[in-house]
Amino acid sequence: MKKSYKIDVDCANCANKMEVAANNTEGVKSAVVNFMMLKMNVEFEDGVQPKEVMARVLENCKKVEDDCEIFF
Amino acid sequence: MNKKQKKMLKRIIVASILFIIIKVVKLPEYIEIPLFLVAYLEIGYDILLKAFKGIRNRQVFDENFLMAVATVGAIGLKSFDEATAVMLFYQIGEWFQSYAVGKSRKNITELMDIRPDYANVEDEDGNLEQVDPDEVEIGTIIVVKPGEKVAIDGIVIEGSSTLNTAALTGESLPREVSENDEVISGCINMTGLLKIKTTKEFGESTVSKILDLVENASSKKSRSEAFISRFARIYTPAVCYSALALFLLPPVFNLIMSNPADFGTWLYRALTFLVISCPCALVISIPLSFFAGIGGASNQGVLVKGSNYLEALASCKYVVFDKTGTMTQGVFEVAGIHHANIPEEKLLEYAAMAESYSTHPISKSLLKAYGNTIDKSRIENVEEISGHGVKAVIDGVQVLAGNDKLMKMYNIPYQECHSIGTIVHVAIDGKYAGHIVISDMLKPHAKEAIEALKKAGIKQTVMLTGDVKSVADKVASELHIDKVYSELLPQDKVNKVEELLSLKHSKENIAFVGDGINDAPVLSRADIGIAMGALGSDAAIEAADIVLMDDDPLKISKAIKIAKKCIHIVYENIYFAIGVKLICLLLGAIGIANMWVAIFADVGVMIIAVLNAIRALNVKNL
Repeated sequence: MKKSYKIDVDCANCANKMEVAANNTEGVKSAVVNFMMLKMNVEFEDGVQPKEVMARVLENCKKVEDDCEIFF
Repeated sequence: MNKKQKKMLKRIIVASILFIIIKVVKLPEYIEIPLFLVAYLEIGYDILLKAFKGIRNRQVFDENFLMAVATVGAIGLKSFDEATAVMLFYQIGEWFQSYAVGKSRKNITELMDIRPDYANVEDEDGNLEQVDPDEVEIGTIIVVKPGEKVAIDGIVIEGSSTLNTAALTGESLPREVSENDEVISGCINMTGLLKIKTTKEFGESTVSKILDLVENASSKKSRSEAFISRFARIYTPAVCYSALALFLLPPVFNLIMSNPADFGTWLYRALTFLVISCPCALVISIPLSFFAGIGGASNQGVLVKGSNYLEALASCKYVVFDKTGTMTQGVFEVAGIHHANIPEEKLLEYAAMAESYSTHPISKSLLKAYGNTIDKSRIENVEEISGHGVKAVIDGVQVLAGNDKLMKMYNIPYQECHSIGTIVHVAIDGKYAGHIVISDMLKPHAKEAIEALKKAGIKQTVMLTGDVKSVADKVASELHIDKVYSELLPQDKVNKVEELLSLKHSKENIAFVGDGINDAPVLSRADIGIAMGALGSDAAIEAADIVLMDDDPLKISKAIKIAKKCIHIVYENIYFAIGVKLICLLLGAIGIANMWVAIFADVGVMIIAVLNAIRALNVKNL
C-alpha cells in the first residue's frame, strides 16, 4: 500500500534526515520525502495499519528534526 | 511570507539594529558585552534550544549543534561580536533559504497550475451550480463558459468555441472545437459557451494525470541528488572530527615540543571550521535546480517524469525516431496524379468512388482529395480484392483501383511510378487510365528538428520504420537523418534499439521518440523514452519517461537543451559550493580565514547557489 502525506519542514537536509528516519521505521517498506512539494510518499509493509505506522514515523522524525510535522 | 518567516524577519531586524548600534557607538566594555549577549540570545535562542534537543536525541551533528558550539566557543574566546554576527548571518541565511524556497515553490506550482477549481453543472431548473470536479460523475453535462478551464475530459454536445491549450502544450496555437469533438481538461475556453458530456472522472482526466506526474517527478531522485545526500551524511561528521582534531592536535604537539600550547588560536580555527561545515548550500540547491528545471519544462509542454530522466536526457547522444506520427504527420494525402489519359479530376473521382466503401487510410485520403460527397447510387458491384485493391462498376463502366498486383492480375499494362509513396493505379474498362500517388507528409518542423538536435550535440540520429525502404530512405535523406532501418516489425524495433544500446559507450544515452501508440516496448527499452503528441493519450503518458504534449518534433531538442541547462546548473553548484568550502576550510586551518570568511562560506555560498538554482526555471528562450 502506498500513501502520500503532506509534511512541513524547513530545510532540505532535515527532509533528507526525515527520509532516513521514516525508512528505518517498522512497518515502512520505503519512504521518499519530496522537499520541494513538501510531501512524503510512504509504501507500507503488508498488513499494517498506516495510522499506527505513521505515528511511529512522526515520532522517529521528531527525534532527528524537532521542527517537523507530518499531516496524517 | 508565512508566519514563521515574518516572526524571524522581525527578530533579524531587531538583532541587526542592535548589532550595528553597538558597533558604531563606542561603549565601555561593561555595557557592550551584555548588549552583545542580549543580541546574541535574541537572535539565537532557538538554535541553542534545538541544539540542546538534538544532543538529547543523539542527533549531534546537525547545523544547530555546529552553530551553537561555534558561537558559544567564540563567546568563550571573548569574541562577542563574532559570535553574534555568526548567529545573525546564519539566521539571515536560513531565513533567505526558507523564503527563496517558498517563493520558488510557489512560482513553480503556479507555472504548473492547470488544476480547475470547479466545474459548472446545470441543475433541473437550468441554473448553474459550481461543484468540486472530484464529485462530477461520468456522463454528467458540464458547462464551460468563455474564460474558464475545461475541468474534465469529455465530448462537446452543444456549442462551438476555440480552446487555448497553452497551459498543456506550451504553444498558444488555438484549437477549434464544435459538437461531437473530444476535449481534454486543462484547456481554456476562449470564445463560446460549451456544454460537455464528461467521459472520465476527474481523477482520470488528463489534467489530473499531468499534475500527478509533475508533482511526483521530483520524488524520483537523480544520481546527483543521491550523491549529495550521501555526501552530506559523511561530510558534516568528517568536518566536525577535523575541527576536534584541529583544536586538540596542534596544541598537544606544541606541548610535547615544549612550546606554548596556544589553545585559544586553535580553538578559534576549529570553530571557524564548524561554521563552514554546514552542507545547506548543496543540500538545498540541487533538488531545487531539478525542481525548477522540471517546472520550467512542463511550462513549455515537456513533461519530465523524474529528476533522473532529466539527468539522463542531458547526456543523451543518440536519438532514435519512429517515422510515422513522429517525423511525418501519419496522415496520408494525395501527392500527385500521373499519366492520366482522362481528366485528372475524373480519374480521382473514379478512384474515390471505387474505394468509397473501404475504411483504409488510403481510401480516406482519396475521398478527402475528391472533396465532394459520393453518390452511392452510381456505384455497383463493389468487390474488394484483399491485398490488391477494389473492383467496381461506376456509371456502368468497370473500374479497377489498386496496386500493381491488381493490374497484373487483370493483365493490364501499367506505368511504373518513380514517386515515393503508395500508388493507386486506375484502369477503366480494362484500359490503363493513370495512377494516383498518396504519401505521408513530413511534419512542418521535422527538418529543423534534426538540425537542432545536431546543434544540441547529438552524435547520431536514427530512424526506425515499418514502412518500405524506398519511402524510408527518401524521408531520411530529406531530413538528413544519419541512419535508417526500414521494413521493421514492432519487435524488430526493440532489437534494433538493443543493438544500438550494446554498441554505445556506457555514459552515452539513447533516447527513443515515438508517438506512443504501438511502440511502448521500445519506449521502455531505451534509456529515455520520449512520447510525443501525447495530448489525451493515456498510453503514451504511461509508457514514456518524458512526454511532449504536442507533436512538434522541435520539442525534442528543446527538452534536451532544458535538461542540459539544468544539469549544468547542478554541476556549477556542486563544484562551486564544495570548492569554496574546501578552500575556506584550508584557509581556516592555517589561520588565514577568520570567522567572517566562514560566514561567507556558509551563508553566502548558500544564497548564491539558491539564486543559481532558480535560473533553471527560465527555459523559455532555449
